[in-house]
Parts: sequence; structure tokens; C-alpha cells
Amino acid sequence: MAIEVKVTANFAKLIGGERSTRAEGGTIGEVLDDLDQRHPGFKQNVVAEGRIHRFVNVYLNDEDVRFLQQLDTPISEGDVVSVLPALAGGS
Amino acid sequence: MTAGENLMSVMVYIPTPFRRFAGNQTYVKAEGRTVGEVLDALGKSYPTLKHMIYNEADEIPGHINVYINSQEIHSLQGKNTPVSDGDEMAVIPAIAGGQVLTPEQVNRYSRHIIMPQVGPVGQRKLMETKVLVVGAGGLGGPAALYLALAGVGTIGIVDFDVVDLSNLQRQVLHQNDDVGKKKTESAKETLLSYNPDVIHDTPLTSDNAMEIIPQYDIVVNGADNFTTRYLVNDACYFADKVLVDGSILLFDGQATVFKPGHGCYRCLFPAPPPPGLVPNCAEAGVLGALTGVMGSIQAIEVIKQVLEIGDPLVSRLLLFDALAMDFRIVKLRRDPKCPLCGDDPTITELIDYVEFCGAPFPGGHDGADGGSNGD
Repeated sequence: MAIEVKVTANFAKLIGGERSTRAEGGTIGEVLDDLDQRHPGFKQNVVAEGRIHRFVNVYLNDEDVRFLQQLDTPISEGDVVSVLPALAGGS
Repeated sequence: MTAGENLMSVMVYIPTPFRRFAGNQTYVKAEGRTVGEVLDALGKSYPTLKHMIYNEADEIPGHINVYINSQEIHSLQGKNTPVSDGDEMAVIPAIAGGQVLTPEQVNRYSRHIIMPQVGPVGQRKLMETKVLVVGAGGLGGPAALYLALAGVGTIGIVDFDVVDLSNLQRQVLHQNDDVGKKKTESAKETLLSYNPDVIHDTPLTSDNAMEIIPQYDIVVNGADNFTTRYLVNDACYFADKVLVDGSILLFDGQATVFKPGHGCYRCLFPAPPPPGLVPNCAEAGVLGALTGVMGSIQAIEVIKQVLEIGDPLVSRLLLFDALAMDFRIVKLRRDPKCPLCGDDPTITELIDYVEFCGAPFPGGHDGADGGSNGD
């Protein structure tokens, strides 16, 4: 199924300059794989060696998937996936 | 000898803080048979004044004293105290939690005090609060400014950097003439016009964090680098201080409140990105007005903590996308496996953050020009 994926402004360039796009898959991992197909190189910014980077959070709706089933977290119609890297900016 | 049916005409003295709610008059004539009736008549003529004199329960709040011919009405018959023609009445705001707010303070903070969630007692709390602001930059600036305006009594600022022309696109504590000045000095000058404060003119390091942070009640994080962010997070946890966190980049802002035991920065982001992967504001840019939004949100969260009102951003991460003008909240959980605040902590004292983050503290001992704690 196709669901919405939102990214922060500094990740927008990885998905063609948009803040939001659609991707398909039954799990978080499949959605990221689908995005990587459409935008080669995207996934390595989020995942390494089968695990989500420790400085990037992926949310299924309002829940951090680290507290669900990580990349295996299943997705339902209408879900929104957010990819959120740590930001250190304060100035 | 009671007033009977006839309304008595009384002169009511209006003190300076309330005067502009009563047409800038020092004395207002009002009629009634009792103190309560005179106050009601006064409230009808000046609705804003009524809000100052009566609380939501329609009672005279504890910080307002009403005098009839120099005698406080509680020692008489309260609102039922009869009045006579020619009596002089006075409505004096003064006492709050045993401490006096001066008439000037009542006037200055009147828009806060008038709200029952703040009141004179809340205002006193704010005035007794000590807040440490890490970084006198984009986030720390508006946060410190609004806290000073709200009357927070002590505001400490850690920053080592000097004001650069490129800061002035967003850093509201600094002005054109401040370019080249130390940020703490410039910040102090700006904030001092509102309240006296304490300024820590130094970068925060593992060596001094546990000396500085315990001196404050709450910490606002406006750091611009991961090294300082992990240090501040750990030090606040060890010192049992609430940390009001904010971060910004490009058009995005994030804010949350880390309360010890309810998750920390390490629960949110267990490790920093490799150096160079996530740019800072100097490298990537940041919308100036965005810093105002996020810094103000941090000031709001501090004030809510002090007043113990509302729902804090504890266990919640606020995401602001300025381009979509979209605010969202996601959950933030304490990670039982967190090395700092988890069930089996492995970090039990401050560590070497330069090594942990693979990046120096800006302005560190090597003298490298890496921005500031807050820039």
C-alpha cells in the first residue's frame, strides 16, 4: 500500500527536494527500500547494516519505531512515516 | 446608623498600577451603600479594573486590600461594610505570598498577574527562579529575552563567542553596535534593561558543567553542536534539573522538555551523527524568524514549569515545519536501555564528550574558530 513519508528540510534533497512523498510497502523497512528505489542513496542516510542509525528517528505516526518493531514494524493504510535526523542547530 | 436606601457617594483612590484602567484618574467617584456595591459600581464603569479587583470566583483576591478611611475592610464587615457620604476608599494591590510586589512591578507584569494561572504568587515564583540559558544565539536569545521580560530573577548565559555581523539576521539580543563584543556582554546589556542577572562568560565543559548547572533551577538548551548537547543533557540528569531543549535547522524546529526519569536526549538520539554529516546553522542556514518561534516555545515551557501549569512537553517532541506551517507532536519515551537514564546505566558521571561526539567543543582549548556554545 502507498503511504505518506515526511522528512525534515535537510533530508528533502534526498527525495527530490520535497518535504513529503509517497512510498509503498508493508513494513517500515519496505517503505525505506521503496524510497531508495525511487531516490537512490536515500536509505543509507537512515539505515546501516540493517539497523536504523542512532542519530535518526523513524516515526510511524507519533510513535518511534525503535519502540515498536524497528524496520519490521507493519504499516497500515493512512499511516504517516516521518524520518527525523538529530538537529544540533541553536543559533 | 446604616445607609438605608440612599446611595452614598464615595471617593475611591486608584493606585498607580491600576490607574490606566480607570481613565488615568487618581480618584474616581462611585456610589453604593456598602463597599461591595461601590466596587460593583466601579467595575461597571471600568470593566478592566474589575478584572484586577475580582478573581474568577468573583471575590477580592488575597493580594488586593481594600481600605475604607484607611481601615482594611477585613477588620470591618468585609464587602458588607457600610459606607457613608464622603468616605474615602482605596484599592491597594500589595501582598503576594508574604512578599511585596511593588506598584511598579504590579504594573509591569499586570498582563501576567491578571491571569489566574499566574497571579501575584506566580509572578513571585518567576522572580525567584534561576534559569541557565546555554548559548546566547538564535534560540537562547528570544528564550532569555522573554524570560527576562517575564521577570525571571536570575538568568545565566553560557557562551564564549563574540557577536558576528551574520548573527544579526536572527539573534535578537545583539545589535549592530555589538559586533565584535562578547555575546555574554551584549546579552547582559540587553537583559539588564529588564532585570539583573548572572552571566557565565565561559563555554560549558565537562570540567565546569557540574559547578554551573546545579546553581540553577531550570536549563534552556540553545547549543549549536552535538558535543555541548550531550554534555548539557548528562549534566542536567546528574544535577536533577529540567532541561528545556530546542534545536533548529533550515526551516525545521524541534522542542521538548527532558525531565529526569522521563527520558533524555540519549533516549531520543542515542548517538550523535558522524562529524560533518548533519550540518549546523552556519553551514546550512536557518530562517531567522524560526529561531524566534522555537526560542519563545522554550521560554513558554520554562514559565509553565515554574508556575506548574498546563501540559509540559515532557515525553513529547514538538516538530515545527515552517514551510508547511505544520506543528506535530510525536512521543518521546524513556529508553530502558538508555546508558544514562535507563535501568542499567553505564554512564554514571560526565564523560569525554569530545571523544564521544568526535568533535571539539567550539571555542575549546585548541582555539579553533568553531562557533560558540550557542552559535
